[in-house]
Amino acid sequence: MENEIIKKSIAEEYKYGFETKVAQDTFPPGLDEGVIRALSDIKGEPEWLLEWRLKAYHHWLNMKEPTWAKVHYPPIDYQSISYYSAPKKKTLNSLDEVDPEILDTYNKLGIPLDEQKMLAGVAVDAVFDSVSVATTFKDTLKKAGVIFCSFSEAVKDHPELVQKYLGSVVPYTDNFYATLNSAVFSDGSFVYIPKGVRCPMELSTYFRINAANTGQFERTLIVADEGSHVSYLEGCTAPMRDENQLHAAVVELVALGNAEIKYSTVQNWYPGDKEGKGGIYNFVTKRGACRGDKSKISWTQVETGSAITWKYPSCILQGNDSVGEFYSVALTNNFQQADTGTKMIHLGKNTKSTIISKGISAGKGQQTYRGEVKIMKSAENSRNFSQCDSILIGDECGAHTFPYIDVRNSTAQMEHEATTSNIGEDQLFYCNQRGISTEDAVSLIVNGFCKEVFKELPMEFAVEAQKLMEVSLEGAVG
Amino acid sequence: MLSIQNLHVQVEEKEILKGINLEVKPGELHVIMGRNGTGKSTLANVLAGRDKYTVPQGNITFNNESLLDKTPEDRACSGLFLSFQYPVAIPGVNNMYFLKAAVNAIRKSRGQDEMDAIDFLAMVREKLKEVALDESFIHRPVNDGFSGGEKKRNEILQMITLEPQLSILDETDSGLDIDALKIVAQGVNDYRSPERSFILITHYQRILNYMQPDFVHVLMNGKLVKSGTMELANELEEKGYSWIEKELTAAD
Ligand SMILES: Nc1ncnc2c1ncn2[C@@H]1O[C@H](COP(=O)(O)OP(=O)(O)OP(=O)(O)O)[C@@H](O)[C@H]1O
Ligand SMILES: [Mg+2]
Repeated sequence: MENEIIKKSIAEEYKYGFETKVAQDTFPPGLDEGVIRALSDIKGEPEWLLEWRLKAYHHWLNMKEPTWAKVHYPPIDYQSISYYSAPKKKTLNSLDEVDPEILDTYNKLGIPLDEQKMLAGVAVDAVFDSVSVATTFKDTLKKAGVIFCSFSEAVKDHPELVQKYLGSVVPYTDNFYATLNSAVFSDGSFVYIPKGVRCPMELSTYFRINAANTGQFERTLIVADEGSHVSYLEGCTAPMRDENQLHAAVVELVALGNAEIKYSTVQNWYPGDKEGKGGIYNFVTKRGACRGDKSKISWTQVETGSAITWKYPSCILQGNDSVGEFYSVALTNNFQQADTGTKMIHLGKNTKSTIISKGISAGKGQQTYRGEVKIMKSAENSRNFSQCDSILIGDECGAHTFPYIDVRNSTAQMEHEATTSNIGEDQLFYCNQRGISTEDAVSLIVNGFCKEVFKELPMEFAVEAQKLMEVSLEGAVG
Repeated sequence: MLSIQNLHVQVEEKEILKGINLEVKPGELHVIMGRNGTGKSTLANVLAGRDKYTVPQGNITFNNESLLDKTPEDRACSGLFLSFQYPVAIPGVNNMYFLKAAVNAIRKSRGQDEMDAIDFLAMVREKLKEVALDESFIHRPVNDGFSGGEKKRNEILQMITLEPQLSILDETDSGLDIDALKIVAQGVNDYRSPERSFILITHYQRILNYMQPDFVHVLMNGKLVKSGTMELANELEEKGYSWIEKELTAAD
């Protein structure tokens, strides 16, 4: 019934054309075919994309929400979510209007004032030249032939690329959340690096104009053509609040022959308060295909936020001599739950994968590492090295490790190491005796523990990530 | 400087120390000897503020301030240092980074500026020479994979870098080879001054040959039952502890 009204109102708005912007800001809650048509319509999408969304939607109707992950949350009512919201205007006038607790965290993280304003959604005055920075940035990229734009822009300006690669790594049938995302994704990022081009700078969502409000169903597609190279940064260390509780993003990476994609994430969504109330559910599907020979995909993630994280960045190693890497630090404090890990699927010959996972649990945090390494018959002489370490702070938290290994070719070489340790009282006392406070001692030890992963992050990100760990662990001991 | 009065200490309901009295004045070097398990490390740990021990009775003051209700880090910052009998490893944490964090924590508590990496490295290089440790040690994780003797020398490196007023050395001489023993003793001797005091816990008179202790005490049955000078240490080396035990029962 309500959807009928939207469809009508959209149809009415439509006659003014899209340039004048739709007055309808947000759809009322609910999901049916009409909503998807309206969404696609409002974005001016081509027919094939609407068809694809609808196929996903119908497939989704017959899917069940997965329950195998070691996370617990009340059932989500998918009809209570609004599936379209126009990009929001900045609403606050000054930092005085921002929650002091958030400001406090910004200051602890050493985020410059102007950036604080931008992050908190305060209208930024002309002094802060984010736009001019972004413009120079765009010029440089344009000269190199790199396409870096919002997903919606890409659909309009580069439909052939989008159509060729969308869903080619994560098909619309993939899993409950990815399928839902395929049906209703709002926006996201698109990157194409042409043949032989080394992207002249790190690409960061931060610099993408309009990146602020991509909504809860984000879609990212990165294609690195033959011999190209790109490093992509997602997220930021500043705590992100969002009124949407459920986030189900999909990220697809395609690396053709000799191409390399380095994808780094710092995820710090609102984790909920100390009693475990509120907080974002982050159900993400991230997958990369090393499609060409000698291609390489490397995932590095630092996960400190969200109430619940469900995330397994994976690599499909199709090309011969291709390389997949996964470096992860995940931290759960208070009532946070994380079920995360990776999948490495070896198909090509001489393929190589490395998994380094560092889990930190504090408070009542619960954390699960779930990793799958599959060596298929065709993957002659493949190698995997996995190392999964967990560290526990206090005795109310938990760490669980589920490595699945499936080897179908006897030439494979597999190495797996796993450790679980406590931050010992002995270690803390030793630090205390040297004048170092318990809080500083914990961050010293935790940063030491995470070093192998942090060194994979781009420089500035690594420094921020260290600070982030400190802030996230505040009050974890003592 | 340090005054221990009628100190009683329990661990897990078990009474280990049963009335310790000890006065340490500036510049003095006190030696505590005693059989295994008599509570020497317990005393050292209680002084440093380890919280698994309870103190049902007694008092400790350090520079005229009550020590018992201070946190371990406050005690450290006020100039108390413990060289551990078994220094723990902290994998992943760079030794230099650790030492710098310690130096700066202590400097900060004194209202001094933090030291930058360059000044710090220059200082540590000098100190490394004094304990004859190779520079590679400060770039390794704290005590991780260090040999027994290397750990002890690392403790002394920390002592001379942090410059405490009172140093408690818990069997820092155990497990050292002959040359290392000399190096450690030399390190302590060089560090001695009229303001700095030491409590040295040891099983052997050997290290005392390199330094001049002011007092030697014997810990037995939870008390310091006998005090003397270097002579006493020599006597213990020769005869062991049973004669003291006999003296005690005779006195009862
Ligand atoms: N947590 C504990 N629970 C029970 N007993 C303990 C505990 N910690 C220490 N003790 C006991 O307290 C006593 C004193 O131990 P302490 O380490 O102080 O001896 P020590 O004099 O330093 O011996 P050593 O010369 O072997 O180093 C020992 O009998 C030891 O077993
Ligand atoms: Mg001892």
